[in-house]
Amino acid sequence: MKNPEEIFELLKKEFGEMILGLDKDTPVDPTISVDPMQIHKIGAFLRDNEELKFDSLMVLSGVDDANGTKTKDEDGTDLITGGNLSVYYHLHSTTLKHKIVIKASTSRENPVVESVYNVWRTSDWHEREAFDMFGIIFKNHPDLRRILMPYDWEAGFPLRKDYKNPEFYQGMKVPY
Amino acid sequence: MGLLDKEFSDGNIVIARAEDLMNWARLSSIWQLGFGLACCAIEMMATSASHYDFDRFGVIPRNTPRQADAIIISGTVTLKMATRIKRLYEQMPDPKYIISMGSCANCGGPYWEHGYHVLKGIDRVIPVDVYVPGCPPRPEALLEGLLKLQDKIRHESMRKKTA
Repeated sequence: MKNPEEIFELLKKEFGEMILGLDKDTPVDPTISVDPMQIHKIGAFLRDNEELKFDSLMVLSGVDDANGTKTKDEDGTDLITGGNLSVYYHLHSTTLKHKIVIKASTSRENPVVESVYNVWRTSDWHEREAFDMFGIIFKNHPDLRRILMPYDWEAGFPLRKDYKNPEFYQGMKVPY
Repeated sequence: MGLLDKEFSDGNIVIARAEDLMNWARLSSIWQLGFGLACCAIEMMATSASHYDFDRFGVIPRNTPRQADAIIISGTVTLKMATRIKRLYEQMPDPKYIISMGSCANCGGPYWEHGYHVLKGIDRVIPVDVYVPGCPPRPEALLEGLLKLQDKIRHESMRKKTA
């Protein structure tokens, strides 16, 4: 069993610059930030290393950090430019009984994160959901389609903070 | 206006208006489409089960819309589901009836403001006969809704479609 500092040191030794930092000052689990384009290599290491053995990806979730410049649209709704969209990976080792949270931040304008499909097969639908809700592109995902919203949904990504719901969908009025 | 109050005293013959007879047959065998959406569907299943026994009113779940007379919209209707429900409704033969069960199907329920994916009332897509309020409605409330629907069918006219 390893604590977050030890996990961070192990990763830092293996990957150096790709590991961006350890945030212990969170209300929940300590979080390690990593380079979004290297997450598949880091994931494979976390899974296979004898001292880590993170064999379970408990959940993969997208987050809109909404830390860009906020402006008002002409109809009074928020518009965000710049800033980050993030992906959080909650990992658990079923043999060594330790946990860690990995965070990969990417830009709002070009949100691309490397897929971890080949590391944890669970991430298949999780990544599709993050794509569906936030528009985060998972590079090298085998089947990146919408999973919850209709395939012909064109109004954007609903969980982004500056999302605007459409008036109509297929002739049905959407607002109350 | 029951059927039996016009019974002849020497038995075996009952006279009734064709309309009454037809309506009586229809309201006594409302076959519903076996179809559930959300937590309301759990209550609907409880209504079908032995304790509340939907079957005593002639309500039998059918597994195809082509054999169904009624559809109970039991739960949250997402925009994605709404297109499918419309299709199911169109596949049902006339006469067909719709019970909208619970707040979500009636008006969007708790999703009325921030539910980007929820249709704010099934009556925006298909015509509803009876609205059953509740979140979710208890089986008694659904039974009441069914009795209301039976009442509606009882007073239907063959010349004019009411639903």
